[in-house]
Amino acid sequence: MHMADALISPATGGAMWVVSAGLALHAARKLRNEITERKVPLMGVMGAFVFAAQMINFSIPGTGSSGHLAGGLLLAALLGPHAAYLVMFSILTVQALFFGDGGLLALGCNVFNMGFWACLVVYPFIFRRIAGNRPGWSRLLTASLMAAVLALQMGAFSVVLETRLSGISELPFGKFLLLMQPIHLAIGIVEGLVTAALLSFVWKARPEVLDFTADARDRAKVSLKPVLIGFGAAAVITGGLLSWFASTHPDGLEWSMFRTSGREELAAPADGVHRSLSEAQKKTALMPDYEFPRPDGNREESPPESALQAEHWPAVKAGTSLAGLVGSAIVLALAGLVGLTVRLKRRRS
Amino acid sequence: MNHVKHKGHEEHAVLVVNPGMAQFESALNDIRALERLAARDSPVQRLDPRAMVIVTAAFLITVVSFPKYEIAGLVPLVLYPAILVAVGNLPLRVLVRYLLLAAPFAVLVGLFNPLLDRAITARLGALAVSGGWLSFLSILARFLLTVSAALLLLAATGYSALCSALGRLGMPRLLTTQFLLLYRFIFIVADEAQRMVRAYVLRSRRAGGMPLRVWSSLTGNLLLRAYDRGLRVHTAMLSRGFDGFMRSRHTPHWSWLDSGFVLACAGFFLLARFGHPAELLGRWVLQVLR
Repeated sequence: MHMADALISPATGGAMWVVSAGLALHAARKLRNEITERKVPLMGVMGAFVFAAQMINFSIPGTGSSGHLAGGLLLAALLGPHAAYLVMFSILTVQALFFGDGGLLALGCNVFNMGFWACLVVYPFIFRRIAGNRPGWSRLLTASLMAAVLALQMGAFSVVLETRLSGISELPFGKFLLLMQPIHLAIGIVEGLVTAALLSFVWKARPEVLDFTADARDRAKVSLKPVLIGFGAAAVITGGLLSWFASTHPDGLEWSMFRTSGREELAAPADGVHRSLSEAQKKTALMPDYEFPRPDGNREESPPESALQAEHWPAVKAGTSLAGLVGSAIVLALAGLVGLTVRLKRRRS
Repeated sequence: MNHVKHKGHEEHAVLVVNPGMAQFESALNDIRALERLAARDSPVQRLDPRAMVIVTAAFLITVVSFPKYEIAGLVPLVLYPAILVAVGNLPLRVLVRYLLLAAPFAVLVGLFNPLLDRAITARLGALAVSGGWLSFLSILARFLLTVSAALLLLAATGYSALCSALGRLGMPRLLTTQFLLLYRFIFIVADEAQRMVRAYVLRSRRAGGMPLRVWSSLTGNLLLRAYDRGLRVHTAMLSRGFDGFMRSRHTPHWSWLDSGFVLACAGFFLLARFGHPAELLGRWVLQVLR
């Protein structure tokens, strides 16, 4: 579920960074009082545990394949929602830096998709409610399954939404959704089973370790306010993003059409908004149309498809692409040459 | 969901009986190899980590801000990783391996583009190129650039220095501490896990993953051991005056070289974004040839 930088737009990545970083600030503030208690080192070691546990594969019965733990829900059950969110933040950062799993710009999206839903929404509002203070095996299993499936469904949905808003991938919203949700239903069930198995082991061996059983003093009444504020902020930012897209980007427009009409495709309007938007886009396009002058002075006739495409995107013309190709090749060669020269020089000195 | 998948290491095949073992060895070795890169001495590693953070952010934003069919515009940006690799004296092999590990997701999702977007958008002589292929190539270029930038950030700074730089740039101290502690504990817990998995592997005839029942008690035990270890370490830290925050031993100073680096990079990124250097160069060369 890790999103890569290659597939997101700066607006989406930036907005999700703002949301995720804001939530991290909120979580850090919440935890300030607990800092000198034992939670800080436990956060570190439990993050490391999830890291290690992810590398131990278990076999999924009947399928012949193997899976591993995602960990957001487990962390929340061990450390509480805010600490778990920060731990997920740190795990995802280490994965992005050391393994290239998910990009740095996409980190905001990834933290939101995998940390926010599991730790800050599903755990306090679904898991704790179902599990209660002294859960038996069946309660623990129900709570874990429900929570894991929900968290992964929300995460998968967010991935689809962010990918669509970015507009780099051509995958249509509906089809991508149909691809992602069932896969993550299966992953969610496995995650739920695994989390339940682990939690029941810990519950039997050392119940005091778990967050939800620790003591129910002020845990029972979770304040809805911060979550509502977070949702509100997310809605405002997403809304702003959406309108920005809808105003410059035909894909975003299509997307919002789908949202408002309930149909994925509308008959392409030959006039009105669509046309004026693409006109506007042509005017505001950053890339001026360079065209290589043809020797015979004639412009190449563009085929019908190309003309159709030109309505949507600044067309890439033959001259432009040839010049681009030649220039790119030269730049690439230059880059290699620079690298080689520096290296040779270094070796000599 | 969280993939930490790593192929077996040829050099470490001695005790590898089970794929799980290979994963451990390989993942820890990857981390160590990347850290060793940062320990090298070169002008790149001598930069203030904050400068690298700022420049990396600017680079990433520049790369992803190009329109989706753009390829020629992205190419000049290769100069940034190329020069850093050369000046930083970093081995290309590590970079290539890292890129291959990270490739699957972006390539998989990107592959849908040629299938779904078939309108012809460009012509090179007789060769008609569909928009989908253009955007797919663009995704690959973006992928190469962004992932190598992430690796270079780490290789130029090192994890601990990077964390303190982020702290000095305004990241909450609690999060900085969490980043540093997580990293310290990864090796401790992974070593423990490795021993447990090795013990299991040596006593079982199975290949591949373990049954869920075994997995949950093994991992559960690992969790409790890690937990106790964490508490012991914490007690030790408290007795040495730990007040909730980690402090780094040396703080790098921002010099005029760092300012120069940031300004030069920013200028280059702006030029690459808005100046179309590759195309201009290509046109000029074609004109000269003619």
